[in-house]
Amino acid sequence: MSDPLVKVRNLKIGATVYPPGERPRDIEIVHGVDFDLAPGKVLGLIGESGAGKSTIGLATMAYGRGGVTITGGEVWVNGRDILKSGLRDVRNLRGGEVTYVSQSAAASFNPAKKIMEQVIEASVEHGKYSRSQAEERARALFAKLGLPDPDNIGNRYPHQVSGGQLQRCMTALALCPEPDLVVFDEPTTALDVTTQIDVLMAIKDAIRDTGVAALYITHDLAVVAQVSDEIMVLKMGDMVEHGQTDQIINAPREDYTKALVSVRSIEHEEKKPTPDPVLRVQDITARYSGTKFDVLHNVSVDLHPGQTLAVVGESGSGKSTLARVITGLLPPRAGNIDFAGRSLSPDLAGRTREDLRELQMIYQMADVAMNPRQTVGTIIGRPLEFYFGIRGSEKRKRIIELLDEIELGKEFMDRYPAELSGGQKQRVCIARSLAAKPKMIICDEVTSALDPLVADGILKLLLDLQKIEDVAYLFITHDLATVRAISDSIAVMYQGKVVRYGTKSEVLSPPFDDYTDLLLSSVPEMRLGWLEEVVAHRKMESAGN
Amino acid sequence: MGPALRLVAQRLALGLLLLLMVSVVIFAGTMILPGDVAQSILGQSATPEALANLREELGVNDPALTRYFEWLFGVFRGDLGTALTNNQDILTSIVGRMQNTLFLAFWAALISVPLAIFLGLLAVRYRNRWPDKLISAVTLTSISIPEFLIGYVLMYFIGVQLGWAPTVATVYDGMSLGEKLHAIALPVAVLTLVVLAHMMRMTRAAILNVMQSAYVETAELKGLTMFKIIWRHAFPNSIAPIVNVVMLNLAYLVVGVVVIEVVFTYPGMGQYLVDHVAKRDIPVVQACGLIFAAVYIGLNMVADIVSILSNPRLRHPK
Repeated sequence: MSDPLVKVRNLKIGATVYPPGERPRDIEIVHGVDFDLAPGKVLGLIGESGAGKSTIGLATMAYGRGGVTITGGEVWVNGRDILKSGLRDVRNLRGGEVTYVSQSAAASFNPAKKIMEQVIEASVEHGKYSRSQAEERARALFAKLGLPDPDNIGNRYPHQVSGGQLQRCMTALALCPEPDLVVFDEPTTALDVTTQIDVLMAIKDAIRDTGVAALYITHDLAVVAQVSDEIMVLKMGDMVEHGQTDQIINAPREDYTKALVSVRSIEHEEKKPTPDPVLRVQDITARYSGTKFDVLHNVSVDLHPGQTLAVVGESGSGKSTLARVITGLLPPRAGNIDFAGRSLSPDLAGRTREDLRELQMIYQMADVAMNPRQTVGTIIGRPLEFYFGIRGSEKRKRIIELLDEIELGKEFMDRYPAELSGGQKQRVCIARSLAAKPKMIICDEVTSALDPLVADGILKLLLDLQKIEDVAYLFITHDLATVRAISDSIAVMYQGKVVRYGTKSEVLSPPFDDYTDLLLSSVPEMRLGWLEEVVAHRKMESAGN
Repeated sequence: MGPALRLVAQRLALGLLLLLMVSVVIFAGTMILPGDVAQSILGQSATPEALANLREELGVNDPALTRYFEWLFGVFRGDLGTALTNNQDILTSIVGRMQNTLFLAFWAALISVPLAIFLGLLAVRYRNRWPDKLISAVTLTSISIPEFLIGYVLMYFIGVQLGWAPTVATVYDGMSLGEKLHAIALPVAVLTLVVLAHMMRMTRAAILNVMQSAYVETAELKGLTMFKIIWRHAFPNSIAPIVNVVMLNLAYLVVGVVVIEVVFTYPGMGQYLVDHVAKRDIPVVQACGLIFAAVYIGLNMVADIVSILSNPRLRHPK
């Protein structure tokens, strides 16, 4: 084996944290990590949030984000320890030898400058190419990455191209100076599942064709399995397991890796529709005020008592708008909603307190859905007071019961939201909605912001609670694995219309319409070679491109 | 028409409408001022007949609406009327005064705007270290002290004790530029101290805000130098808030110098206005008010237009 391009030894990284009400203190977030990366190879760094994977990736550019500093160890790139290099050498390394692709290209492009200028900036700055050579190279990269109109797209501003296209432009930006190493930091996480495939394929082809080495950082094992030669699993700043991709996926040695590989193992047997749905949405057409086009067209779905209806689609498909219509935040232009055998007023002002109590909602961002200055006890106790007038010791007893139901103990009563983890926050939100004893809960992407293992726990909890409380869920998500795990019936939405609707077994069995086929086939599967198979068999293009 | 052009046109129209409304307010406001101009011209010993004759002559007996429109159309024709107290054409008197006020404001702006932006950048560069804190402390102190007090303090120490600058900032035609600048040194210093803090803190905040964005991190990871990052990536995105606060302060330099002009007996618009308020000379007060309003609205409109034009989403729609 030739000399490694990157050699990391005993890398230690620290950060300063500012806990509320305490003195700032230094903590260590990466505790001595080692790895080698040969030229032209791809190493996947995988782990949940807080594992230190992005921090390690940026350390290969001698960079610490925010208050992060590299406190010890060695990082050798191209035969020198960059942690001992001077400022000038580090600048030549960044953007010259090592480049970076971030999770959100939309935020990483300067909104005030044309794409081309930003793509070629590093190459010109480091004297690798003249301006015209760099532009020519950028156009070739645009074409290689499958961008439309590669000759002119560089003259556009970042807001003038779609999210998937911008992520490819960012890849072009990283490849333009002909680096030895590219750090991909969750490059497809923010994209829709159907768009993700195209970008993933473009990145994979570009890595192969240019022979560049890469660090591919993600929390999604199925994605990293498609592009990397080796995988390193990280947990809380420690290396858990490091091996060939094939070994990690098919024969993981450590328990933590096994848990990651087998995540989403929920089995849920579908329930049959009943004659009396709790929610009947009929022919809803809606548009936002001040706009000239409908975002929902004749949407009709039923939700049966104690069951789960999954509404699935890409961003912009209208699924969250449907939730706004059902909750009364956006009165529809046509159609009506029956709930628990009565007709619901189209706007919020016309609804009774009973309507409000029986129809609760849980949001994607648990931390902004809670008042940061109220304790968990106050947050959960509020609906008890508001809807049932329960006070004093009885309220306390009920809060403790609810905390038990969401598998948190009564010691959580006096905590503030800032003292909870992401999963715990979402549990508190679930308890708050259950406190109202609703007939139905709208769950809007409730697990999208959570790590896979935590999300799995939340889904299991929701299913258990459904058995106990006999509550129905309208489950809005873009994640088909979640849909498979928990739903009884499914509505697939595309451009404001329901394109496929029925029980889970009907919707997920062939023959499929083209869109459902695209959506289903786009869910990354944890096996080698899946990406190529999918791309070869696709029938339609994703809307995000 | 692009959305940027449409917005700019909208701003211009709104500015004119606002100015029209302000003219109503000024006119109504001066109507309810206490006192009688005839009385103040003729003095306490005037006979009732003389007072009535003079009022007739001055036209103060006409209905308010008639007088408003006569005044407004006069303004459109460039005729601001004649001063009641000395029968001079107001426009002619104001032009010279305005030049003096603009002269003072110009030099105060020329010093304070670059200084504020430079100090703001310096504060960003040394964020939370002693240079940043010192700059904030000094500028905040200077903005917290009433300007007339700063004026008198500077007058005492620099003017009287050290004798470096005159305490009375009188300028007149025939002075050379150097002499004029020497004369206005103290008022310019006071004005600079008063407007510095706002602009400096806004520059600091705007650039810091942008420096935390992901595209600045991208620029850092391209290996650019700090100067190029700030100049190419941070500055173009923080122009709008900076221009806004600069324009507000420029407007203050023109409009808000009444106190300073009186303190230093500087022959500008402020002095002129204060003199004629004391004499109940309504047309002069109205003319000054309208000009101040126009300057204020105009400069804020420029700030609005700059922010619109600096937004790439508006300049280059999808």
